[in-house]
Amino acid sequence: MSAGISLLAPGHRGCAGCCDALAGRFLLDALGKDCIVVSPTGCLEVFTTPYPESAWGVPWIHSLFENAAAVASGVEAALKALGRKNNTKVVSIGGDGATLDIGLQAISGAFERGHDFTYVCVDNEAYMNTGVQRSGATPLYASTTTSPSGRKSHGNPLHKKNMPAIMAAHGSPYVATASVSYAPDLMKKIKRAAEIEGPTYVHIHAPCCTGWGFDSSKTIEVGKLAVETAMWPMYEMENGEVTKVRRIKDRKPVEEYLKVQKRFKHLFTKDGAREEVKKIQEIADWNAKHFGLE
Amino acid sequence: MKNRMTVVEGSYAVAHAAKVCRPNVISAYPITPQTHIVEDLSQFVADGEIDCEYMNVESEFSAISALIGASATGARTFSSTTSQGLALMHEALFNASGMRLPIVMTVVNRALSAPINIWNDQQDSISQRDTGWIQLYAEDVQESADMTPQIFKLAEDKDVLLPAMSCMDGFILSHVYEPVILLEQDLTDEFLPGFEPEYILDPGNPMSFGAFADPTTYTEFRYRQEEAMGVALKKIEEIASEFNDIYGRYYGGLVDGYMLDDAEIVIMAMGSVIGTIKDTIDMLRKENISIGLLKVRSFRPFPADAIKAALKNAKLVVTLDKNISIGKNEGALCTEVKACLHNTKLRVPVIGFMLGHGGRDIPIGTIVNIVDKAKAAMRNDSFIESEFADLREDME
Repeated sequence: MSAGISLLAPGHRGCAGCCDALAGRFLLDALGKDCIVVSPTGCLEVFTTPYPESAWGVPWIHSLFENAAAVASGVEAALKALGRKNNTKVVSIGGDGATLDIGLQAISGAFERGHDFTYVCVDNEAYMNTGVQRSGATPLYASTTTSPSGRKSHGNPLHKKNMPAIMAAHGSPYVATASVSYAPDLMKKIKRAAEIEGPTYVHIHAPCCTGWGFDSSKTIEVGKLAVETAMWPMYEMENGEVTKVRRIKDRKPVEEYLKVQKRFKHLFTKDGAREEVKKIQEIADWNAKHFGLE
Repeated sequence: MKNRMTVVEGSYAVAHAAKVCRPNVISAYPITPQTHIVEDLSQFVADGEIDCEYMNVESEFSAISALIGASATGARTFSSTTSQGLALMHEALFNASGMRLPIVMTVVNRALSAPINIWNDQQDSISQRDTGWIQLYAEDVQESADMTPQIFKLAEDKDVLLPAMSCMDGFILSHVYEPVILLEQDLTDEFLPGFEPEYILDPGNPMSFGAFADPTTYTEFRYRQEEAMGVALKKIEEIASEFNDIYGRYYGGLVDGYMLDDAEIVIMAMGSVIGTIKDTIDMLRKENISIGLLKVRSFRPFPADAIKAALKNAKLVVTLDKNISIGKNEGALCTEVKACLHNTKLRVPVIGFMLGHGGRDIPIGTIVNIVDKAKAAMRNDSFIESEFADLREDME
């Protein structure tokens, strides 16, 4: 981590315990000054740049919600055309809605074109900037404001989209998953992604205290529980092959992760939802087996 | 002087014009009838005739988005699209203008779906009127080509810094072969200086683009865009004159008159229909009909003062629109001309005709019928507010 003041300056308007602010800071700690950052619309964009202020100590651009990868590809093309590419890293950092949902086409196009840039998804598993609506990254049975639990619902009925696999399928030379709870690992992966030529992808799991319903002092702990239960597998892929995984010593049952969050509270009421919790456990079991986490 | 004329397709003339403007980044997605422009540009790149990054993107939305990134990084940027492609860009058009990025785009005008139709009208660019882009309309192939360096110079002027679209009618201009003078590289280098923006994405001098503005600051951003459009009004005239000095060709600045000075009836229109109107006027003048033309080159910024000055002797104004605001039964030019005359002492009636939608041909006969109706209106036989000029009567 940086010794002095971060390139993402303090004083921005992120919530206490904000996962996006952590991700943004770790990103710049890893990259240093010689980069250009592109942000789609989202929490990070809004709370870092209330005009005329900006928290960004590096060149930064926000255009729209769904076009960050296309904008980043244009930045990269321009640097090349103007002979200014040198070692400057082009990085896009956006939320799960901007990445898995509305911005997916632009990301696909930019990766297909092979631009030398890194796309970083900060995944807090719902549209937090607009008030916790579900996204394609919302996990099974999480209650959000548009997939609420109720008398006839256990919350989000759909599975989380496997975005890293989609990016690996694009032929990306480097795809990694990371977590804000493991900062040195995260920064190492960002550095590696930025150093490798071509379009690379880092997907950061990011617990949002406001949206998930836990105390703002617990962001790091909740993120660790996701990894320790295998709800969030941490791995690296090079040219489509898994090359490294973060192993788990004593894998915890998913209840330990679910019970600390209000978005899963409905699964643990008097009546309970044993079948649903079992299904979530099956996801963790699959992750553990598929990635060889144990 | 040697004859510099050569017969080429309109799309080639424009692609060649874009080439000699030395863009750094071109990003486009193919769509009829714009395709020949991007094919010709791709060939220039393949043959090493142009030194730029050419981006084959996966949609028009990414085409314009990539140019937003490239322009903010300091590149001269060019794209071309039409119709559905332009509509798909809509959200990003506002964004490019709000960030004051002087992206240049040739719009090859085409109708919008449904029903799907690939032929010409101007509904596509007219529907982007309020996005904060400069819009100029060309009359013929030579003007379409010549408009390209003019509009780069205009957009990139440090007191303007607005994106700009140069509009040419699909097929009628894009696919026609006409004798033209291809823009010379040396003259273009003399006319159009390199793009050297003051504010760019540069790690050596970090700046933030596209910040979040709350109610205490948002209005001033819009105000500045409007101010820049005001500057563009003056620059369009100046740049047209500078172009004339260097290349020896002139099409008017904001507007251009034809047989206008003594005309009682003045037809106003934009784009390729101007040629047909001029021929009709030549014919009608022989019948001693007092008629003239006011061609509108610049739709945004809207040249209200130039129009008012040009119409000071008119007894009746007839506007022709290849677009309609559905629910208003009027085209945009009609609405705007009426609006700009309202708070003046000019009490000249304006009647509007909509025609040429979805590529319907506009023969001289259609213009003659329109003039007949205008004459009837002047005799107080009937008054038309606005109507379609070329409706079929045999179609249920």
